[in-house]
Amino acid sequence: MTSFARTDTSVVGRWWWTVDRWTLLAVGLLLLIGSLLTLAASPAVAERLKLESLHFIQRQAIFLLPALLALFMASLMTPRGVRRISAIGFVVSLLLMVATLFIGPEIKGATRWLQFAGLSLQPSEFVKPFFAVVAAWMLAEQHREGALPGNLICCLLYGLVTLVLILQPDFGMAVVVSSVWFGQFFIAGLSMLWVGVLVLLGLLGAVAAYATIPHVTIRVDSFLDRASGDTYQIDRALDAFGQGGLFGRGPGEGMVKRVLPDAHTDFIFSVAGEEYGLIVCLVIVALFAFITLRGFARLLREEDLFVLLAGAGLLTQFGLQAVINIGVNLDLLPTKGMTLPFISYGGSSLIALALAMGMVLALTRRRPGGGGGP
Amino acid sequence: MTGRPTKRPVRPAAGQRAVPVPGKTMIRLEGTAARTMRLGHGRLLAVALMFGIGFCVLAGRLVELTVVRGGDGAVANLVPGTIAARPERADIVDRHGLLLATNLSTASLYADAREVLDANRAARRLAKVLPELSLAATAEKLRSDKAFVWLKRNLTPALQDRIHRLGIPGLYFREEQRRLYPHGALAAHVLGFTDVDGNGIAGVEKFFDEELLRRGHAGAPLQLSLDIRVQHALRDELGAAMAKFSAVGAAGLVMNANTGEVLGLASLPDFDPNHPGASPVTSRFNRTSLGVYELGSVFKVFTLAMALDSGTTNLSGSYDASKPIRVSRFTIRDDHPKKRRLSVPEILIYSSNIGAAKMALDVGGKTQRAYLGRFGMLRRPALELPEVGAPLSPSPWRDINTMTVAFGHGLAVSPVQLTSGFAAAVNGGLLLPATLIRHQPGQRGLGVRVIGERTSGQLRRLLRAVVEKGTGGKAEAPGYLVGGKTGTAEKAGVRGYRRRALISSFVAAFPINAPAYVVYVMIDEPKGIKETYGFAAAGWNAAPAAGQVIQRIAPILGVRPVHLGGPAKRQAMAVPGQGGERKVAAN
Repeated sequence: MTSFARTDTSVVGRWWWTVDRWTLLAVGLLLLIGSLLTLAASPAVAERLKLESLHFIQRQAIFLLPALLALFMASLMTPRGVRRISAIGFVVSLLLMVATLFIGPEIKGATRWLQFAGLSLQPSEFVKPFFAVVAAWMLAEQHREGALPGNLICCLLYGLVTLVLILQPDFGMAVVVSSVWFGQFFIAGLSMLWVGVLVLLGLLGAVAAYATIPHVTIRVDSFLDRASGDTYQIDRALDAFGQGGLFGRGPGEGMVKRVLPDAHTDFIFSVAGEEYGLIVCLVIVALFAFITLRGFARLLREEDLFVLLAGAGLLTQFGLQAVINIGVNLDLLPTKGMTLPFISYGGSSLIALALAMGMVLALTRRRPGGGGGP
Repeated sequence: MTGRPTKRPVRPAAGQRAVPVPGKTMIRLEGTAARTMRLGHGRLLAVALMFGIGFCVLAGRLVELTVVRGGDGAVANLVPGTIAARPERADIVDRHGLLLATNLSTASLYADAREVLDANRAARRLAKVLPELSLAATAEKLRSDKAFVWLKRNLTPALQDRIHRLGIPGLYFREEQRRLYPHGALAAHVLGFTDVDGNGIAGVEKFFDEELLRRGHAGAPLQLSLDIRVQHALRDELGAAMAKFSAVGAAGLVMNANTGEVLGLASLPDFDPNHPGASPVTSRFNRTSLGVYELGSVFKVFTLAMALDSGTTNLSGSYDASKPIRVSRFTIRDDHPKKRRLSVPEILIYSSNIGAAKMALDVGGKTQRAYLGRFGMLRRPALELPEVGAPLSPSPWRDINTMTVAFGHGLAVSPVQLTSGFAAAVNGGLLLPATLIRHQPGQRGLGVRVIGERTSGQLRRLLRAVVEKGTGGKAEAPGYLVGGKTGTAEKAGVRGYRRRALISSFVAAFPINAPAYVVYVMIDEPKGIKETYGFAAAGWNAAPAAGQVIQRIAPILGVRPVHLGGPAKRQAMAVPGQGGERKVAAN
């Protein structure tokens, strides 16, 4: 990929010279590691589910190319294009999400998926990034003369999205969406009074969820007090890290993937810990940190409020998901189903994340007068 | 709810400049907008900082989990078919560190039935190496399509090699820890045993199941109070006595009189904990701790203790034992009737039931129960075994019970209880809970006072007299100053007591002038033999067995023999109120 001359002014040529190639490399590495780990973890899970060994691998492979395409295409866009696509994407995926409430099959007690042509789609995965961009747009509008009442619209849309998420129910996603939304508001200059109020509301919401939703109660209880609940999954995950040690038991030698039902999704990091050991795990954490923090650093030079907010929202979402997933694997947070970006199995998640990361790349591209450089 | 903190009256600012933004509109960046961006950048930095901290915490935790406390091998257990072994149980050692139980790594054979190509052929070929496997059952397992089926646990390396050479696909080995008891049956009833998965299911193995795993992690063995040499002598003598008198069983205990530590505990018949299934289930019954028996005249020690301690009589007191006592349908008579008034020492020495009964009536039922309770006769002892029996006491406790309990009938206790209580009677009056765990050097047991020191001293002299002149003569171990008491009780049957089924026991302490150890020997249903003139009472079988045990263990335990001829010793152990040196026929 070195054959683009500085003078090449084609779309791709310009893209190559303006896009953040380090982030691109990091994302590529994550995708590579993700594929490797899916190869390692998913056959055991598939066999346990009496599926063909390569079931999950084939499916993930089907999604890989579209994901790469989505990443590339999205990163070609201008900030304006990002905004436009997100507005349309937001409306469509929100409608699909509402549709899951009525026509989605119930899987593990929740209706989050739509099925067609043998593939299942989880619209909420797409709502997440699109909503972050739309929220950024609205918040930026607020600061424009004679424009829309952005803050109000933003709040209304947020209420709508979380309502549908809670109806599904998908509390994990609701938590991420809320956190990202709050983060964007915070960066947009929310007064400290409101910050305090919202933090308080968030805490109240958490307490209410703990008090009223049985499975949240159980999970938090068993996190706080090991003896109180079923900590089988997390105990196995912790054992896995212990087994892995510095260099891991070796590829394919892991055991945890055979006992954990979600070894290919929520607990894939434990599989990495057991088979590849501390060093690979640290590399994964470092890649996530690199992408998140480098993105933030580039945004710090950004002078456009929309770009700043949208980029921050998307990166926060990406980073938060990584931190929560790894935190759960390491028993730092209560068990919560959350995929590890680009690593966990899951088609919708992969494409949505590729799209989001593509948009981040688009927003952080060097533009005349914009940030993102050098 | 709208946070609009930066909404200010818009006015053109000095630093106005045009900025090209994507799209066609040009936004004028005003002072407020610039401030918004500055604030935004600042807050973005704050968010970035939080993420930075978050990622650092994750990295730190990773290091902690993998390196700092990594590698305890727990996950492997959950998945059958892994190479890693389960956490090892700690070794069990005796008080001198000699190995009583340890682990041996062996290979166990299992199959992933999904990978087996031809189940019948594989089963046939396997049967050639392992002929004990049923061909049909093995073939069935190999056809089962299960990912994991055990075929044979704990193979020898030679067998493992032969199976390996068969080259049957789908067959695998898993390393397992097999519990090994190098001394075989020697301490079977103390150690217990584990099942094939290494879970303790009897004895110390069960009682300390979790403790052994915990210690296994730490690599620290579990040290018992047992002395394997004492245990050997005890079990050996019990076995000899059991064979000699054609008894159905025997029980024995050696205890440190001042700490409660158990140095030897045996119950016969026993079993080999390496192959517990090979012995009949009855052999797993622990007569010493689980069995409770009416132990007979050994209880007179407690009767005398309470009578002397509460002051209802003294060594110069006496009771009329000339004729049997009749209470409703019971008659209490003496086995060795003297048909005269007996002094208090004589009641013990000649083992007079009548005298003991009258003495207990004087003490009174309530006081009797209080003393027996303090001697530990009325509650389950706290020995570290799952097999510990609770005593059976009469309810209601009437006068007749007071009288029968006085000579050891109507109250069933385990030999462990009896021995602990006896130790308290002779060691100065302190009851120490029996324990199988070795005390640290210098560690003092938390004794509970049961009787006064003076009473204890009187009892010691009386018990010496029992051996010197009374029913316990055959328990003498020259030089070791044995003092003790016989007890012969009829076993309770379905219809009253069985006259010919006896529990003969002897409880002794040595050296009796300053007791260091207590020995208890019980023989379950001994038969009379020619040598004993057909007698089966304790003085003829349990007493000599106890004497033999003491003769063997005293040198091991470092008890110095004393010369009996010395007048000082005789003086010290003389029993007041006991005229002359009349020697009575043993028993």
